[in-house]
Amino acid sequence: MRLWRQVACGVLILVLAASMAANWIAPAGYARQYRDDTNAAPSRTHWLGTDEIGRDQFARVLYGTRISLLLAPAAALLSTLMAALIGGLAGYLGGVWARTAMAMTDLFMSLPWLFLLIMARALMPLNVSPVVSVLVTFLLLGLLGWTTAARVLCVSAGSLCSSDFVKQARAAGISPARLFWVHVAPNLKPVLYAQFWISIPVFILSEANLGILGLGVAEPMPSWGSLLKELEGLVSVGEEPWKFVPLILLVVVVTSFQLLLSREEEVAA
Amino acid sequence: MRSLRWRIAGHALSMMATVLLGGLISATLVRLAPGFDADERELDPHLNAQSLQSLREERRQGHHVLRFYMTYMEHAANGDLGTSLALGQPVRKLLHDRIPLTLRLLTTGLGLAWILALALSLSAAWLRLSIYDTLTTMASGTLLCIPAAVLALLSVLWNVPGSLAIAMIVFPHSYRYARNLLVKAYSRPHILAARAKGLGEARILFWHVAPVAMPQLMAVAGVSVSIAVGATIPVEALCGLPGIGQLAWQAALARDLPLLVNITILVTVVTLLANSGADVIGHMVRGQEA
Repeated sequence: MRLWRQVACGVLILVLAASMAANWIAPAGYARQYRDDTNAAPSRTHWLGTDEIGRDQFARVLYGTRISLLLAPAAALLSTLMAALIGGLAGYLGGVWARTAMAMTDLFMSLPWLFLLIMARALMPLNVSPVVSVLVTFLLLGLLGWTTAARVLCVSAGSLCSSDFVKQARAAGISPARLFWVHVAPNLKPVLYAQFWISIPVFILSEANLGILGLGVAEPMPSWGSLLKELEGLVSVGEEPWKFVPLILLVVVVTSFQLLLSREEEVAA
Repeated sequence: MRSLRWRIAGHALSMMATVLLGGLISATLVRLAPGFDADERELDPHLNAQSLQSLREERRQGHHVLRFYMTYMEHAANGDLGTSLALGQPVRKLLHDRIPLTLRLLTTGLGLAWILALALSLSAAWLRLSIYDTLTTMASGTLLCIPAAVLALLSVLWNVPGSLAIAMIVFPHSYRYARNLLVKAYSRPHILAARAKGLGEARILFWHVAPVAMPQLMAVAGVSVSIAVGATIPVEALCGLPGIGQLAWQAALARDLPLLVNITILVTVVTLLANSGADVIGHMVRGQEA
């Protein structure tokens, strides 16, 4: 398992490095159109061919990977922070606070995640600039994805509060704020890390789902969602196999995150 | 028996509160959404000033969220679920027409997913071959890493029914838990003792393993219903299946308030019913065990 984790880590570093170097590897950018070369097959000039309006697919995959790989962790960080604030504090305060937080998460979780996400995204402005659409999509993921993590944190904080060392600290007259920051919060860190890692692949997949349904990142900016949307135009699987490269890359990256995740889960346990 | 009745009553109360609150929140969200007031019918040059005025009047009724929601609840109690703004048809008729297809899709998809998950989990628990375990875990792990919408697109490309796409979306979630539960249940000392005494596999499964694993499997089954309901949106939208998922998709894009509120309530009820039902059945099984 350790070897697989090292491989996963290597793959992620490689993919991230390649996507960060997109400006050097594909200096023409993701939006440049080669009008004489539309719908081209892979060649020496266009490694993954071109799309229907002549844009280089390799460049789009690189830039799209960068967007998904940078913003999914940012959204995961936002949702983890929200979960820590809502779930962690509610669990620490206990009583009515914990019950209210649980009821709130129950309410959110009574709707399937994909349903909630699509409804919320559709209610946001759709005809916005590409940059705004990227921000809206990932911000929404961050703002809606905190509930499961908050639930876990609420329970973890609650059980920490009833542990002996916290009771002893309380009996010694420590202030509630100091108790939280010095004794409870540091012990919640492994759970927070685990929740952060769990959220990243979930958000990458969610963005891809939104993109395919036309609610993700707006054209011409690429993301894994908008790149996978191009599969809609295929007539058969064997016709243009290179169009499946973004899907293969997505599966490899998400699998790598899942493999790393098992380590974080172990640490949290 | 009494505790079971209390449990059911508790679930019913919490379900009612969640559904009412969920409906209100969805109505508020739609009301606050940018572009809520816009109506493309107003751009129709064939409409005169009077028609435009009546259109605006019609939309104005939905402006005050609480008033809209109270009126909606009052009408819903009489069986009137309102009229879809985008499709111009009674919501009740739209739901009535589309529910059977979605139900068929869900039951077939869930059934297939669970048959596959249980068959593979049981064989993993029986065979205890690391190569088999690795292969099945890899297959389910790969499916877990493919977006639901891509599975829907692939089902269109391969010309397979949408229910198979739902099954492939639900299967990895069910398999992961079912496998762990069954492997754990089969490694219990009393199962080893039963095997040593020469009990048949079927008897071990139905008398000794199923009662132990059933409550947790039921909980996973409840969650899998929620996953399947969520998956109906991309599957129906991309496969062109006129069900509730596609309707939800159209309603969301058109910001159709009456339709959205009804679909949200419907989806919430289905999800909560599945989870509560799973919890009650699990409780009954645990009770029988005790």
